[in-house]
Order: sequence, then structure tokens, then C-alpha cells
Amino acid sequence: MIAYLIRRILYAIPILIGVNLLTFALFFVVNTPDDMARMQLGIKRVTPDAIEKWKQQRGYDKPLLVNSAARGAGKITDTIFWQKSASMFVLDFGYSDDGRSIGREITQRMAPSLAIALPTFLIGLVVYVSFALLMTLFRATALDIAGVALCVLLMSVSGLFYIIGGQFVVSKLWHLVPISGYDGGMGGFKFVVLPIVIGVVGSVGSSSRWYRTIFLEEIGKDYVRTARAKGLSELRVLFSHVLKNAMIPILTGVVVVIPLLFMGSLLTESFFGIPGLGSYTIDAINAQDFSVVRAMVFLGSLLYIVGLILTDISYTVVDPRVRLQ
Amino acid sequence: MGDILDVSNLVTQLRNGARIVDDISFSIATGETFALLGESGCGKSMTALSLLRLLPDGVVKVGGTAQLGGVNLFDLRERDMRDVRGGTAAMIFQEPSLSLNPVMTVGQQIVEVLALHQELRGTVAQQRGVELLDQVGIPDAARRVMEYPFQLSGGMKQRVMIAMALAGQPKLLIADEPTTALDVTIQAQVLQLLRDTQAASGMSLLLITHDLGVVAEMAHQVGVMYAGHIVEQASRAQLFAKPLHPYTQKLFAALPGAARRNQPLAAIPGSVPPLGSITQGCRFTPRCDRAWALCSEQTPEWTVLEEGRGVRCHLYGRTEERGLRTEDLAHSPQPTVHSPQSSVLSSKSSALLQVGNLQVHFPIRKGLLQRVTGQVKAVDGVSLEIPHGRTLALVGESGCGKTTLGKALLQLIPPTAGSVKLDGHELTGLAASELRIRRAGMQMVFQDPYASLNPKMRVAEILEEGMAALNIGGNSEARQARIDILLDQVGLERIVKWRYPHEFSGGQRQRIAIARTLAVSPRLLICDEPTSALDVSVQAQILNLLKSLQQELNLSYLFITHNLAVVEYLAHEVCVMYLGRIVERGTAEEVLRSPKHPYTQALLSAVPRIDGSGVERIKLEGDMPSPANPPQGCPFAPRCAHTMESCRASYPPATSHSATHIVHCFLYGRDLG
Amino acid sequence: MNFMPVILWSDALVFLLLAAGVFGAWYVRRREYLLLPWRRVGQSATAMVSLLVLSLFFVVGLLDTLHYRAALPEKNGGEKMYSPEVLSVFDKLVTPLRTQTEKTYSAPLAVTLYAKESTSDAQGRVLRDYPRLRYGGAHLVDATQRDENVLWRAIKGAIGGLVVGMLLLVAISSFRRRLVGWARSVPTRAGSKANGGHVTCQPYTLRALLITTLIIAALIGAIANLAPAYHVLGTDKVGQDVLYLSLKSIRTGLIIGTVTTLVTLPLALLLGIAAGYLRGWVDDVIQYIYTVLSSIPSVLLIAAAVLMMQVTIETHPQWFDTSASRADLRLVFLCLILGMTSWTGLCRLLRGETLKLREQEYIQAAQAFGVSSLRILTRHIVPNVMHIILISLVMDFSALVLAEAVLSYVGVGVDPSMISFGTMINAARLEMGREPMVWWALAAAFGFMLVLVLAANLFADAVRDAFDPRLNRTEGTA
Repeated sequence: MIAYLIRRILYAIPILIGVNLLTFALFFVVNTPDDMARMQLGIKRVTPDAIEKWKQQRGYDKPLLVNSAARGAGKITDTIFWQKSASMFVLDFGYSDDGRSIGREITQRMAPSLAIALPTFLIGLVVYVSFALLMTLFRATALDIAGVALCVLLMSVSGLFYIIGGQFVVSKLWHLVPISGYDGGMGGFKFVVLPIVIGVVGSVGSSSRWYRTIFLEEIGKDYVRTARAKGLSELRVLFSHVLKNAMIPILTGVVVVIPLLFMGSLLTESFFGIPGLGSYTIDAINAQDFSVVRAMVFLGSLLYIVGLILTDISYTVVDPRVRLQ
Repeated sequence: MGDILDVSNLVTQLRNGARIVDDISFSIATGETFALLGESGCGKSMTALSLLRLLPDGVVKVGGTAQLGGVNLFDLRERDMRDVRGGTAAMIFQEPSLSLNPVMTVGQQIVEVLALHQELRGTVAQQRGVELLDQVGIPDAARRVMEYPFQLSGGMKQRVMIAMALAGQPKLLIADEPTTALDVTIQAQVLQLLRDTQAASGMSLLLITHDLGVVAEMAHQVGVMYAGHIVEQASRAQLFAKPLHPYTQKLFAALPGAARRNQPLAAIPGSVPPLGSITQGCRFTPRCDRAWALCSEQTPEWTVLEEGRGVRCHLYGRTEERGLRTEDLAHSPQPTVHSPQSSVLSSKSSALLQVGNLQVHFPIRKGLLQRVTGQVKAVDGVSLEIPHGRTLALVGESGCGKTTLGKALLQLIPPTAGSVKLDGHELTGLAASELRIRRAGMQMVFQDPYASLNPKMRVAEILEEGMAALNIGGNSEARQARIDILLDQVGLERIVKWRYPHEFSGGQRQRIAIARTLAVSPRLLICDEPTSALDVSVQAQILNLLKSLQQELNLSYLFITHNLAVVEYLAHEVCVMYLGRIVERGTAEEVLRSPKHPYTQALLSAVPRIDGSGVERIKLEGDMPSPANPPQGCPFAPRCAHTMESCRASYPPATSHSATHIVHCFLYGRDLG
Repeated sequence: MNFMPVILWSDALVFLLLAAGVFGAWYVRRREYLLLPWRRVGQSATAMVSLLVLSLFFVVGLLDTLHYRAALPEKNGGEKMYSPEVLSVFDKLVTPLRTQTEKTYSAPLAVTLYAKESTSDAQGRVLRDYPRLRYGGAHLVDATQRDENVLWRAIKGAIGGLVVGMLLLVAISSFRRRLVGWARSVPTRAGSKANGGHVTCQPYTLRALLITTLIIAALIGAIANLAPAYHVLGTDKVGQDVLYLSLKSIRTGLIIGTVTTLVTLPLALLLGIAAGYLRGWVDDVIQYIYTVLSSIPSVLLIAAAVLMMQVTIETHPQWFDTSASRADLRLVFLCLILGMTSWTGLCRLLRGETLKLREQEYIQAAQAFGVSSLRILTRHIVPNVMHIILISLVMDFSALVLAEAVLSYVGVGVDPSMISFGTMINAARLEMGREPMVWWALAAAFGFMLVLVLAANLFADAVRDAFDPRLNRTEGTA
């Protein structure tokens, strides 16, 4: 089992390297730093001097991969790749266009992101699983059909609608909570409650339906028939047999997103003015701040890979076949 | 002795009205075994599930009553019904590996029943769980109770299922094909266990099976089911002495065996009709050779005959109702002897296939770097020869490597070492293009006719594929003509070549699969359990076909099977395989009549016989070891009753009992040198 | 010719898809086993009603795809001059909607602007009032007659629509009857049990279709009769008709939802079955590639790629002769990027299925004949994974339509000058703070999107139910 986990962790390294190379190619090879400078400074009235200055400020005035002018290790280290891309492995993300440390910005913004994302995730999980269990229990009845129809309807609505509609009704019409803003500590509750509710409601449709499919697949298996033949009630069958087995496919889909909670949600944070990583990313995209976007891409995949490893670990908890082999 | 279960007029149907179980009545006496016998799709399992009210979605019981110990099951509220399930009436299923919850320990699953029906909890329940496992013959029960199903073998899992069923101290145990998924030696163990438990607890047993042999060993009363009806009911002795219904008679006649070696089997034409397709008349009419006009007009009534046996057939109805008859009862046709022992069989000709010391090993990867730490020796040094026009049967239990051997011969799995010579040409290590030239010589018929035909191709395309790949049969017109001939040969109409596989029954599909191999005119067919997925009546059709093709085309067969009755019927020579090695080989007569190897002896004695003639039962303990970790020396030593010191030291060399009979066993080594 | 056909990149891709669709339909019609699941789809009332709604959207989208540049009246030395503005057949059909622009916001069916303006009357006095619209209800002398007029026009239009709808139904049913009769008269290929090959509908499904057709016909009739005289869904900030914008958005949504599959499909199919069938190092490499790609959160990857695309487009203005072609190329690139980031899921599915299939006995039988790998892949594997591809394509469609709106909001969607649901929402949400609120543009965009996505989802469900072999069907269980 330990060997299995170590192997999974080792497997993550080449993937991170791949992500790093991909982002490097995307940000520095598809368009040269000159192109970016020209774009940022305005296409029409740009002078070569201005471009050089822009590049120098950001450290983009170096060769991409090999610096033939430098000596020794500098041939490798004094390059854009080494300083801008490879450095991310040690979580050194450099500076944004307005000169602030991206790394510090990230650590500061993680907490607000989590304050929204974590409750959304946990409440959502409970709500979706309960709703799906309910539909499974009443499968093939009017209740189930209505539930599925509701799910399809809810998942056909744009996510933007939930946010805009929610803000309009709850904040503008009813004046229950402020329309946007954020505050740390207990005072922040009034700010986070609406984004959380909207986040949960927003994916009720697709998630509940997904869980329902998993439960239905499990409930068709032979061991469920055995459990019923033992004289267990349908509720016991569902909770003590089906749910345990359904944990394996559920964990596959769920655990992997836990680390990504740090990243927050782009839409929610931007609409509600939450100073988290999501709104940080959106602002960077709008300002075309490439170094921030690059940092977020790398951070995102790092967290995703952590999620994959966590998933593997979680299997050992719920699946004896993985644990004992 | 009273009846524990009394079912009358049970009707179960699909929501669209097709009747799966149609007006079934029977009763089971306390302490007795009632066997429901029938082919797949005839409604046996649905009868059982109806009784426990566990029908799957889309199937509903619409009529009838069932009294279990005086309680009408269909009147009970669901909550009270739950006390019956697992309490008064327990059930075990066909697939023990799917029927246990994979993420709960064996103990938890048993304790669940104890808590529900015996109000036992905590350590008391735990203790009782261990006792139950002990009772069903699981060694080291105290440890096993903590294990998960995947850590147990198939036979052990079925024992756990039985322990679970016994936990509620049921008065009735329903066993739905309890041994069908198990090997014959394990089947013998499980059947013995069921008999012992029954004797000890006095419970009744409703045994659902398709296997006449199992019925012969287990049942007191038998009900024969066909397409939703019970067509005949009798005591075991009555039924085996003189089956009355034409269907039952045919079932007996369709059984292969040594006695029928030189004659075709009495196959029942066609297959079981689809649900609800016959609403009028007797459902067996289309396949019955004694049917007359009345049979297709009027459903026969249940006729009670002497000594409590009954039958549902116009042949036994009251005379005035019988109408016009074409045949008389006494005039039952015997299958005609097709051909005498053909001369080809006796003449010993040169070998078509020569296999020398063939090995197929799969690496086991372990640890951090997935290094190869060992080998699964699926096939470990097999040598055999098949002459022209002869059948060699390769017999063994699941996991012994017989299918791997078959695929390695075809070079579908690259052999690790050894040689395979077809007609003197070496096949191992050939480049793909060179191998292709030789491929026409040897082809394979697979086990599952539902998986061996591409559902997205027409029959004509399926048959043409091999010809096209091997450039046989000239242009496409010539190939079409050849396809027509092939379809004739396997007994299908030419018109079917425009159809897709899903329109055919299992037996018809297997005919198509055989025609596909014949398309390239092979000399040798490797038949990998070609009839194990088929019903007895259809199996007979395929065996007849294979036999006549052999005589017609002088084909050689390597017949891979676990079914010894088929071997007796078909094989000229037999190889018995155990854990990747051949432990005994010889002519069919030699191996089956005077087996020498203790494993062969045990295997033969484990087969249930319908004539009840007991060969002395040799009880085989435990399971086959894993080929990844075979025991030192003779792999059979740990289960063998005659184990000696030398058995554990090295693999026994070959000893000859006759020119053809060879055994690998130290029992004979000293005497014969 | 007084117009010049223009084929934009996205148009070409749509035509390609259309051709593929027609070929696919022709191919399926000839094969009984392929037709079977479609018959099951045809028997579902929800599926057929959804399909009807979807096909309306598709008609609008297709009409909007036939682009041209109109000839200008003046000639330059005998050579025809064409307008730089690229129009579509759809634009031509709804010319009044396109050209009748107001000054700024007006509510649905309004006759006045949404905000008061100062005007001076004949006496030179300054009045603050809601000014009348230039087009909306301009034919009314008295604004108070509006309700009556609207109702009257709607009813007249609805009746007209109903009549046309019924005529259409009669025409279709007589055509169908002739088709069925023809199919019966043609002897089917010897022995095949094909019953004519046409989709048989159950009466319930037919009735549902009939009612929906009539409702839609009445609705279209009413709107068509109102639209020339009023702004049925109001106007936006620069006075453009919201109904026109909504209808134009359909094409963008459809292109995002369908053209993306042109990228997804070949990549996923090729790499998926190659990895599953060949295994070994090929499998390792392909798995590595899709794990790397899928480990980057898709929004971020799309954002990064779109940002880079923007830089490329901005720095190479010389590539585009019209602004339409520039916006169009950006759309095509967006599809490419979406495709590049979304093929991994399907690829993984196909790899898994191929791994299962290659152990199937019919594949081994083919291998025993020495059938080449390429032939095994094309004859055995691809036909047996087609259902997965189809299910995943119809399921992805609605997700992509929804994604377009979100991406446009984030700023990495279509070109801001291109009309789409995303740009409509993005523009309208800035007016959320206005009192009273300008709600109609948002409502129109969300409404159209809901109908489109809901229909697509319902249809996708029916397709999945019909094609998924794992869903057990009650027929044949015993």
C-alpha cells in the first residue's frame, strides 16, 4: 500500500514538469515577449526602446532557454525559462505587473476563497447526496421522475443566472444581505451566506443527478439483492450497503476538487467582490497580467495533482481491495 | 411430515404482460429438497424471487398464493415480510463473487443477519459468526471472519453465503444455482455441505438448477420447468426411472456421455421460446416431435398420475380429449445411430499438432518501480500431440491454464518458451507476415457465443472476414458462394447471412462462430468450452454438429472443457491439466475408466451422475493454489490424500502405464520405473 | 449578381459538420442495427419535441451562416463594388429588426424610450418626458391605443401562424404517407427484417409533436406580426432590438457547441483507441499527454490560451480584411481552444472502452485470422465505441453553450463585437444597478439559453437512454 502511494506521488512529478513546459510554451513561445510588449504598450505608437524597457522591467529581456552570453551555470539559469517557469517549482511566482509579490498575494487571498468554497463544498455534498438518496429510495415513482425533471431544468440554467438572479432578489428586492463585499471574522457571515447558497443551488441539478446515477448503478448489483434477502429494510440496504460501495465512484469525483477549493470560484468571487484567488485571476485576465495568470495555471494544476493523490489515499480508506494489496 | 411451503397458481409477469411464471403450484415437505429443473429463461429464478417478494423492477407477481409454515407470504405487510426473508426463508445465489458486499468483512455481513433475526449483538454475535463459518467448513474461521470477500476463493464465498443464510436458522433455504459458477470439485464440496446442513437442521431446500446430475444427487422431489410452466413433477426416483413429458425425456436423451459415444445426441431442435411469444397451446409444441394438432390449440391441463406425480402434456390427458394422434406413446423414437465407429479413429496417423514443452509465463510486477518479482506460470511445460481427425480433450478446472494454452497455440498470447508445430511447421517466433500464412490451419471456437461475434457486423461480413484477411476463396462472388455452403454445413439457412448477430439465439450464434472458422478450411479447431454457455438441449445440437463436421472434413479438435460428460462423448484422447501442467494423459478409455492420478480420480468422482451409480467419492480439500505462488514439487501435493515426502521435493516425472497412458505421479514412479 | 457570397472560416466548418451529419444519417439509414436505437429515440415524446425545438434553433443558425456582401449601387470603373459589411440570409429576412434601431433603451413592446429626455416643443418650452420611439409603435397616433393594437396584432399573427402550421402538417403527413407506401413497395433486401427503415412514432409521441408544432407556429406567427411594428423584447443601450440580438446569438452558441467537436472528436477517437488497443509505450505517452492537459483547471487553461490568441490577433491586424472575419476567426480559435481542453475526458472514456473491447472474443477471433490492426480498429473497435462518442457529443453540447456565456463574462470568450449570449449578458448586467432595472436583455438572453440548453439536455438524455447498452431494458429480462 505504501509502495502504491509512493508510486502515485512519484508519478505526479513528470506531470508537473509537463504542465510547466506547457505553460512556458504557451506564454513565451506562441508569442514572443516582444509581441506582448507591443500589445501592452499599444500597437500603433510603440518604439523599440519602449519595448526593451518593458521587457527589462519584467525580466523578459533574457534568452528563452540557453543564454550563450553567460558563463557556467548561468547558461541555464540566466534565462526566461529558468527564472520565470522553473522557479515555480519552489513556489516562487515572481511579481505581478503592478510590482507586487504574487506569492504573498496568493497567501493573503486564500482565506477569503476558502471561506466561500469550503462551506459551499461541504453543504453541497450533504444536500446533493441526500437529494440523490431520496430519489433513489423512491426510484421509478412520480417523486423520482419529478426530481430528475427538476435536475434537468436546474442544470439547463446558466450559472450566471443564479448569481445575477440571486443578487437581484435577495439583495436588491429583499435587502437581506449586502450585495457584495467581504470581511474577515464573524462579521463576514452576512457577506458569505449568499454566495454559498448560490454556489450550492447552482449545481444541485448536475450533481444530484450524477449521484443518483451512481446509486442506481450500485442498487442494481447482486449484493444488494443478497442484502434484501437477509431481511434488511430498504433504508438499511441503501445506507449500510449501497452508500458504502458508492463511496468509491463518489470519491473519485469529489476528493480531487478539495485542493482546488483554494482557488475559489471565478464567477462568484468576482460578482460578490470577494478578495480571493478567483477574483485575483479574473482581474489579472482583464488586465492581461500574464505573470499572474501563469502563476495561477501552475498553482491550479499543482493543487489538482495533490487532489489526485488525495483520491488515491482515500481509496485505501473505503476500498479494502486497495488497502490490503 | 407436513409441508413447509405450499405454492399454488403463482403467476408472475413483466409489466407489458408477458408471463414469466405461469400458474405454478408445488409444495415442499419439511426436511426435504425440492428441485426446480429447467433451462435458462424458463422462469425458475423468478419463481424463487416471487416467493420472497424480491422481484426486480419491471416484474410483478399478479396471482397465486404461497404458504410458508402456514403464513400466506403474499398477504404479509412489507415489514413482516422482512422477518421472513433471512429468518424463516433464506436464499443463496448463483454468483458468490457478486452476491457478497465487496467492502464489508465476511463477519459484518453475517453479524447483520444475527442482529436482525436472532437479536445477537457485540461479541456474542461475533462469536456466533465464527461458529457459523466453522460449521460451513471454512478453515481458520476466527481469522477469516475479519476478511473481505475478495480475499476468499469462489467456493469459500459460497460457503460464506450459506453461513449467512444459516445465521437466521431458516426453515426453508432457497438455493438458486448454488454451484453453477463453481468448479466440479468445489461443487461436490458445496453440495455435500448443503446435504449435511439439511440433515443436521431439518430445514427444507428449494434447489434451482439446470443440471440433472445435481438433481440426482440432491432432490427428493423434482419439478421440471419449461417456458414458465411446470411441465412435470415427480419424485426423483420416478423421474429418473421413467420421465414422462417429452421435454424431460429429451433432456435426458440430450445428455452426452460415454454410453452415447458413437451415436448423435438427441438434440431438441430450436431453443426456449422468448417470453410471452406463445400464448396458446403447449409451449413445447414447436420443439416437440410428438406434437399433434391439439398441442398448438389448447394448453394442456395438469394431469395427476399414479403416486403423486403429475405432468402437463396432452399425451397423458384423458383419452376423449386427446383428439387425433399421429403417434402412440410406446412408439417413442430412438435416435438413430448415425455412423459406426469410423475407421479414421482407430488408425493411428501422424500428428497434426505437436506441442513441445510449451510455457506461458506472465510477469508479476511489484513494489515502487514495478520490478518483475516473479512469474505467473499459467502454462508450465506442456507437451501434447494431436493426430489428424482426432479429438484431444484438455480437461481442468478454472484457473488451471487451459484457455491460456489454447490461445498460446494460436499465438494470440506469445509463448515464453517451447515449440508449437502445425503440420511440421514451427509457429512460435514467426514474424506476423509468416505467421499469417499458417493461420488458416488452426482456428478457435470461443466459449461465449454472445461475445465472440461482433454485434455491428452482418453474418456474411463475419464469415468473410477470415477469408479476406488470409486471401482465401478468390473474388467476392466466390466468397459469397462459399458462405452459402458454410451456412449449409452448420445447419443454418442461407438467408441469415444478411442478419446481425443479435437476431440469433446462443446455439445459432455458436453455429455462426463455427462457420467462421471453417471459412478458412482449418485442419485443427481449438474449441474453448464451446458449449458451457449453452443449455443442455442446445449443447447437444452443437456437439452433434462438431462430431459430424469431424467425420466430414477430417478435422482435428483440441477440446478445452471442464465438462467430463462432454469429454466422454467426444474425445479420443484426454489430457488432464492442473496448475499449468498436464498431470495425466491417455486415451479417453484409459483416463476416464482407469484414472491413475489422484487428481483425475478426484475430478471424476466429483461429477454428479444421473444414474446415481456412485463411484466412491474422493473428497478433495481446499482450492487450487494460485499459479503465481505454486507449491514446491507436485502442485497437487497440498490437496492430495497420498502425499509423500518426495511429492514436496520435486515435480514427478512421467510414468507410462501403456503406450498412450502417461501419468505424472510418484505413486507409480517406483513400480514402473 | 448583386451580391458576393462570403464564406467565413466558421461557415466552412459548419458546412463541413452539416455534410458529416448528412453522410452520417445516410450511413445509419442503411444499417438496421444503427437505426434501432434511433427508433427508440423516435419513440420518446420529450426527445422528439426537444428535437423540434432544437431544429428551429438550427434553422436560424444555418440561415445566419449563409453570409454575403451586398453590391453597392455605385460602380467603380465598371467593376462592381461590394459593401464591406458582411450580412447573412437571416439578416436579410429580418431586415426591419436589424435596421430599426432606437436611440437607447426601451422596454419590451414600448412606444417610448425608457428614460425621460428634455425636448423643446414648438413654443420653445423645455419638456421632460418619455420621447416616442422612432420605430416602436410609430404607426400609432395615440400611444394609449398600444395595448389594443398589440393584442390585435398578436391574435392575427397567431391565427396566421396556426394556419401555416396546419398546412405544413398536412403537407408533411401526405409526404410521409407516400414515403411509407414507397418504402413498403420496395422489396427489402432478402431476409432482412427491416420494416421500411422509417422511424415509427407512437400515437402519444405524434400527438405531442402535433401540439408543440401548433403552439410554436402560433408563437412565431404572433411574434412575426408584432416584430415589424414593435420591439417585442425591447431595445438595448444603443437602441438595437433585443429580439434580433437574441436570434443572432443562436448561431454563436451553436457554433461553440458543435464546431468544438470537430477538434475534440478526431483527437479523442484517434488517441483514445490507439492508447487502448496498442497499449505499451503508446498508451503511456497518450496517458501522459491527457493527464497533463486535464490537470490544468480548464477555465485557467482556456483563459491562458485565449489571452495568447488575443495577443497574436492584436499584433497581426494585417490578416483580416473585415472586422467580421476577425471576430469570426476569434470564434473559430475559441472553438479550437475549447476542443483542445475538452478532448481528454472523451479520450479517457474511449481508452477504457477499447481496453475492454480488445479482450472481447470477436477481436481475438479476428486476430486469429491475422486481420491487421488497422482493420480491427476500423471494423471492430470504432463501430463498437460509436455510441460512447455520440452520447458524449450530445451531452457536451449544452455544457459548451453554457460555457460560452461564462467565458465571455470572464473576458476570454468571443470577440466583444460578436453578438452572443455571453456578450449580451455582460453588457446588460452593468445596467443591473439602474432604477428601475433594465431587465429585458438579461431575461431574453437567459430565456433563449434556457430553452436551447433544456431542449439539448432532454434530447441528450433520450439519446443516452437509447444508446447506452448498460441501461437494461425490460424487454428480454428473464
